[in-house]
Amino acid sequence: MDWSIPKFPLDTLCDQALTWLTVHLSGVTLAVAGVIANWIEVSTAALSAVPPPITIVVLAAICWRIAGIRPGIMAAAGLAFLWNLRLWVPTVETMILVTLATSAALVIGVPLGIACALSRRVWRTVGPFLDMMQTMPSFIYLIPAIPFFGLGPVSACFATIIFSMPPVIRLTALGIMQVPRELIEASEAFGSTPMQKLFKVQLPLAVPTIMAGVNQTIMLALSMVVIAAMIGAGGLGREVWRSIQRLEAGAGFEAGIAIVIVAVILDRVTQKLALRLRPTGQAAH
Amino acid sequence: MASQAEPQARTRIAVQAVSKVFSDQPQKALAMLEAGETKDVILERLGTVVGLNRVSFDVAEGEILVVMGLSGSGKSTMLRCINRLVEPSAGAIVVDGTDVTRLNQKDLLEFRRHKFGMVFQHFALFPNRTIQGNVEYGLEIQNVPKAQRAEKALAAIEVVGLKGWEAKYPNQLSGGMQQRAGLARALAVDADILLMDEAFSALDPLIRRDMQGELRQLQRKLGKTIVFVSHDLDEAIALGGRIVLMKDGAIVQIGNPEEILLAPATDYVRRFVEHIDVSSVLTAERLADRGVAVLRAGHTAAEARLAIASCQQTSWYVTDEGGRLVGRATREQVERCTGTIGAVMEAGCDRVEASATLRQAFARLAANRDGVAVVDDRGHLIGTVTHRGAARALARDTAGTAAASAEEARHGLVHPKISA
Ligand SMILES: Nc1ncnc2c1ncn2[C@@H]1O[C@H](COP(=O)(O)OP(=O)(O)O)[C@@H](O)[C@H]1O
Ligand SMILES: [Mg+2]
Repeated sequence: MDWSIPKFPLDTLCDQALTWLTVHLSGVTLAVAGVIANWIEVSTAALSAVPPPITIVVLAAICWRIAGIRPGIMAAAGLAFLWNLRLWVPTVETMILVTLATSAALVIGVPLGIACALSRRVWRTVGPFLDMMQTMPSFIYLIPAIPFFGLGPVSACFATIIFSMPPVIRLTALGIMQVPRELIEASEAFGSTPMQKLFKVQLPLAVPTIMAGVNQTIMLALSMVVIAAMIGAGGLGREVWRSIQRLEAGAGFEAGIAIVIVAVILDRVTQKLALRLRPTGQAAH
Repeated sequence: MASQAEPQARTRIAVQAVSKVFSDQPQKALAMLEAGETKDVILERLGTVVGLNRVSFDVAEGEILVVMGLSGSGKSTMLRCINRLVEPSAGAIVVDGTDVTRLNQKDLLEFRRHKFGMVFQHFALFPNRTIQGNVEYGLEIQNVPKAQRAEKALAAIEVVGLKGWEAKYPNQLSGGMQQRAGLARALAVDADILLMDEAFSALDPLIRRDMQGELRQLQRKLGKTIVFVSHDLDEAIALGGRIVLMKDGAIVQIGNPEEILLAPATDYVRRFVEHIDVSSVLTAERLADRGVAVLRAGHTAAEARLAIASCQQTSWYVTDEGGRLVGRATREQVERCTGTIGAVMEAGCDRVEASATLRQAFARLAANRDGVAVVDDRGHLIGTVTHRGAARALARDTAGTAAASAEEARHGLVHPKISA
């Protein structure tokens, strides 16, 4: 086809912006990345050094305390099976990455969600970004991450944070906005300050919805951590990736099953937690 | 009028020409309201919703004032303007000498904490707190120490009859009990003005009636000043206070139940009240014929004969020197009399209390051919209620209603059904 209108240089503009940012920021980000990478390495080494049975028992006990006896047994069995498949170290790596990325996503996402719920303007600004973050194919985030954080787990973490944050922002905002009007009025009528209203009424009542967001964020983080193996994230994703490159269907299936097991454990535990924290009735506080 | 009997009480809340327009630019709509345009016209021309149209009324110390009207008439908006959950667009609301509309944010919070307790239609209890936790809420907001908080909350819980339920969660209680908790939460902060928005509307009829009675008792005992919003005229009457009747954001009539029933200000009010049974509202005090001749027990025969000379009656009530009703004397007895009336009269006679409703007086009327005496709470004779007087009171109402119905038929108006 003969184009008379020149192409809009979206790619070039993007590259230029990225180059500019890299030139000005990468010094700092790479330094930070070095620290984080170091931290990840040390904690992975430490956790891998603990005899797996101990770790398995501890994790299963945590699941049992949070979610009850059945998820506890399930976690013990699932993790023991992973150990048996000789996938223990990649599993530990994956769990550390997911924990790190999810924590960061929550630390940023929950306050942002609160801000969205309390201010129309923030909501209108953040909303479109959330839509974009969620529809953009996930590995696009991997490319710009590299110049800032280098190849390896930190870039993977960064991309994972970006990719997994939208649900917790969205559902935190939703949970707060869904608190019945009469309850808000009641808290205001008794003279609550905006902070008292937030911490005594809005947030406690939004907890179940926020927890649903946390659950989704964890699931997205897990899926992204696997994809991030492409840029050297390690963990179970690398096992999958290696099997693809060597066309080893069996090994690929093993790694896939391992990811499913980790996902199911994380999902059940966070869902149970959400249920336990719902505000009506017997919830402890 | 009945209201004259009460001593002039201090004004606690003065609502002065308050308007509310739901718009960022209220000026135009406010100007139109000033010019006398109605809510409908303003909605049509500007697309702006008018919540309140220059509303003024006073609430006196220790009274239950009922704000009444159909759904959408602006009752909730009015109530929320008092503690500024809704910002009035114009006008002033003076509570104990302070114009609430001029308070800054910080003073407003203080004002809300200490002046007002609020009770909501759907209870608005916090589902994540126990009953005690809910009742403590207002105190917690004020940073009252924990022990003191618990003490006050438990006292309030006991007042509303929920003792023993304080550790339960709201969803473990029936509707009536939840609203008691809502009331306790409002009482716990020691605010002496209660703002109640359709507080009993979500309750079953029987429970509702109990709660109305209890609120009256509570109000008498604790001396609270109450502004009570209701869409239900029966409820307004049962609460026994003055009524502010609203329509389209404006006040149509203010008065006690009798005044509103017997002298409706407009056809709208008349249609509003027509289903109400007048006999359960009219009191013996209002019906009492005060012009009757009375004899004193100390009268001599001559004095008595002089007093009854121009009367056609066949019997008279007799009081002591203090005006207390002591008996009844017939014409025969007076004519036979040689000493004092007290010696010949028939001692003791049937009576009704001034505060009794006509409905309560019916039985006594049925038992007495010549009507029945009305006495105040110290036994002083006020007057008599006769069969004719009672019938006339009922007939007057019916006549009014009949006229209104005819009017309504001519204009093809729809009967306003009162609903939430
Ligand atoms: N926040 C609001 N925004 C716009 N209109 C409102 C708002 N709140 C109330 N209104 C309108 O104001 C009028 C009075 O409402 P309200 O005070 O709730 O009536 P009531 O309590 O008597 O049923 C209604 O026409 C309603 O639609
Ligand atoms: Mg209302």
